Order: sequence, then structure tokens, then C-alpha cells
Amino acid sequence: MAKSFDEINSKIKDGEVVVVTAEEFKDLVEQKGVSQAAKEVDVVTTATFSPMCSSGAFLNFGHSDPPIRMSKIWLNDVPAYGGLAAVDTYIGATELSETRGFEYGGAQVIQDLLDGKRVELRAESYGTDCYPRKEITTYITLDDLNQAYLYNPRNVYQNYNAATNSTDRMLHTYMGTLLPQCGNVTYCTSGELSPLFNDPVFRTIGIGTRIFLGGAQGYVAWEGTQYIRNQEVIRDGVVQYSGATLAVIGDMKNMSSRFIRAASFEKYGTTLFVGIGIPIPVLDEDMASFLAVRNRDIYTQIVDYGVPRRSRPVLRKVSYEELRSGSVELNGKNVPTAPLSSLRKAREIAQLLKSLISQGKFFLQEPIQKLHEEGRFNPLKETEVE
Amino acid sequence: MQKVKVFMYFPPEKTDKPITYRLVKDYGLMFNILQAQIQPNKKGRLMAELEGTAENIEKGLQYLEEQGVEYRIFNKNIIWHEEKCVHCGACTAVCPSRALNMNGDEWTLTFDHSQCLMCELCVKACPLNAMDVNIFI
Repeated sequence: MAKSFDEINSKIKDGEVVVVTAEEFKDLVEQKGVSQAAKEVDVVTTATFSPMCSSGAFLNFGHSDPPIRMSKIWLNDVPAYGGLAAVDTYIGATELSETRGFEYGGAQVIQDLLDGKRVELRAESYGTDCYPRKEITTYITLDDLNQAYLYNPRNVYQNYNAATNSTDRMLHTYMGTLLPQCGNVTYCTSGELSPLFNDPVFRTIGIGTRIFLGGAQGYVAWEGTQYIRNQEVIRDGVVQYSGATLAVIGDMKNMSSRFIRAASFEKYGTTLFVGIGIPIPVLDEDMASFLAVRNRDIYTQIVDYGVPRRSRPVLRKVSYEELRSGSVELNGKNVPTAPLSSLRKAREIAQLLKSLISQGKFFLQEPIQKLHEEGRFNPLKETEVE
Repeated sequence: MQKVKVFMYFPPEKTDKPITYRLVKDYGLMFNILQAQIQPNKKGRLMAELEGTAENIEKGLQYLEEQGVEYRIFNKNIIWHEEKCVHCGACTAVCPSRALNMNGDEWTLTFDHSQCLMCELCVKACPLNAMDVNIFI
């Protein structure tokens, strides 16, 4: 009774497809069993809405007259990369404004563009025979740009550490504000709704997979940076630790700040909340078993961010069910937990993707190439300077 | 018993006088300093909450006036800009009274103003800049 991508796409075309969100699917499995759920459902939608620092956009401005080979570029005083062709750039989410510091950065430039706001473009050049102009200051909007696409080298973490702080002072981190003496624990995934908990072995997600990215239809472009895949990450078909990541791409012109939101973490800097939804076809019962995974089955580790080293001490292993309960036991104390990833937004995306597929507006794309089955995350080797 | 929040502006020549001590001692006011900027021989500013009987608060404020200390009564609250909020929950990590809380199964942020201690930790903890302090006089 196995189903193929093609068969499922035909059902989408004919309006006969059965789509449910990952949370709905898990409930269905608990009521009717894996075998029946696999028969009834064709597609399961998964989603996440989390801060993802490794995000940014490629932009093309078009040429001025006389033309300029922009070598230094600022968008609303946020430096953008000037090492590409004359009027191409990349604006990274965490790049900070030279005038406004932590409150405004590349992420905010991206959101301003999505909101249709006018953004100041300032550029300098050394001038060449073919590009004589040496400076320009003007304004751009998203509509004016020839191309504007998000290319996020590392999104959709399969899993991520939960954070706490054993020191005596409050820490401000990308995992939020961590109270002294392990006063709180923060975590940052949508748990059982998160895409890569539901296809832990990448049977259906690979290069070319069509995804919902910030409101647009985007794609998995490549494995993400710091992509980890090995025996330790997945045991008995269940994700145990921080694992794989995805590089994703999508057209900003079809995105909305409803699903892409700029953020600024105190004393850390700016980042981008990215809303991503990935549809997973229920190819057979094996796939249905993966999709049945619940918060009580998936674990992460609580890591002490009070130790400012690459390898931080792991205090304990914890299930998402416990994290979601509002408190966890740590060193004999009951410590409150808080999410940083918006489950409400992730659910909104999973529901929206479900309705797009049901209405025949979103089709599945089988990966054109599988992702690597092994992935190591090596540290930086520091070599003595000669 | 009543509570009022007060801004006090001390002229430079008064910053070495034990004015707050007198408020406590002579008028029986409980004094909770929220913010203070006082240096000898410079204009000082003190933001505090006073608690006492209505009569004593009035007398205390009158005493301030006699001493040449300008004051203004103000109110302070935390504003939640819901339109900016994505319901991530980062603010709930620092809220000591659980005034900010993720509501049950919906995972939607709720804000119970009556539980708010005005510690302002959420203002910095919110990555969306959706929490603000509002001071009104």
C-alpha cells in the first residue's frame, strides 16, 4: 500500500488528498494505530518558527547612471557584503547598524523590506574604467529590486540544546535571558511539530524539497552548515541530540513579516525569526511510525551556558514533554522552563500549509538528491601564527 | 494604607541632607527606591514608592516641598504591544510573578497586569521589543 510522491501529487491535483498537521497525525495514530493512520493520511505538515541567526538575503539593485561597482554597501547604515558583482549584495541577519547598535541590524532591514518600507542604500567604490562612479546614496524598496531572495545557510535545526546558567550573575544569550543559579531553563524547538524530528533519517527531505518559507514556496538548497548526522544523534529512529540543519532558499517578494520577523536579543545582537513549514508524505507505515513520534520520546540536553567554553557541561538529558510541562527538575530543584520558539506561530504555519495543499496550491517535490548520511561538526583548529 | 510612586528632584545643595530618613522617621512612610541618581553637589533624582496613611503621605510630600525638593507623582506600568508579539515565550523565562505566562494548550502569551511586579526584566528579555515601560504622571 506504499504511496509515491507522484501518486500523492495526483491526489493534490484532484482535490482528493488527505492532509493533517503533525500534531493531528500523532493523535490519529494514538486512536487508530500506525497502520490505519498510514492508510488514511497522505501528507503531514510540520513547522517551526524560531530565531535563526544564519539567515540573510541576496539582493540585486540594478545599475545607476553612470554605473558604480559597489565595494562598500550600507542598507539603513547596516553594512552589506560588497564582494560580489557590481550591484549584488548579501545582507546578513546579525550584521549590526553602525549607528543604532543592537536594536537594528540586517534582520530589521529584511523585515523593513518585507513591510514595503523604503530603505536607504549607500555605497562607495574606488571607481573603474567600466564603473566610474564612486559613491551613491538613494532609497530602495522590495519592489524596486531585480532579485531579492532569502538564502539561509543554517535553518531548521533538527534539535537544539536547552540552556541554563549556573553562575551568580544573569546572562544575556542567544538562548534568551538566563537567570543566575540555574533560575530558569530555555529551549528552542517546536518539539514534535518540528520538521526534522518527523523525518529523522531524511527519507523525504533532501535537496530540492519544496517548503513553506516565510510565506513563500521555497526549497531546501543544501545541507545546512554545522550539519551533524551520525549514530549518536539518532538512536532507535529517534533524535537524541543537536543534529542536522538545512540551507533554504526562497523568493522574498512572496514573503511576509507575518512569517519572517526581526528580533534583537539583549547584549547579543540581532537575529531573524524564520517561519518554515515542511510537508512530509506518508509513503508507508515506516514513514508513519517516524511521524508518530511524541514529545515524550524526543530528548535534548540541558547545557550550562555559564561555562564560556566551546564544550559546555551537560547537566542532564530531558524530554520535550518535561520541558513543555513548565518546569524541570535540576539538582533537586524545580526550575521553570520557557520556550524561545513560537509554537503558536509554528501551528499557524502547519495549518496554513495544510490548507494550501488541500486546495491544490502546494505540491510535493521529491528530493533531487539525498543529503549526506554522515555529517561531522569539527571544531576550528587554531594554528600558531608564524 | 496607600501607595504612591514619586519622582523627586533634589537641588544640588540638598543632596547631603537626610531627607528620605525624615520621611521614614517623622511620617512613618515605607520607602521603596526604584531608581536613584544622587551625587554630592549635583542635581539628584530619586524614583521611589511611598507607602503610608493618606494623611502621612500628604504631610510627607508637603515636607518635601518645604525642603525645596520638587516632586511629581507618577504611575508606571508595563505595556505589552501585542501586534509585535509572536508568542515565543522568551519573556516568561524571566517573569518572577508569572504575570507573563504561556496559556495552556494554546501556547499563547497572557499578561495578568495585577500580578506584575514592574521589575522590567521582560522589557529587555523580549527579542521583538514588544514590552515597554510606561510612566505617566
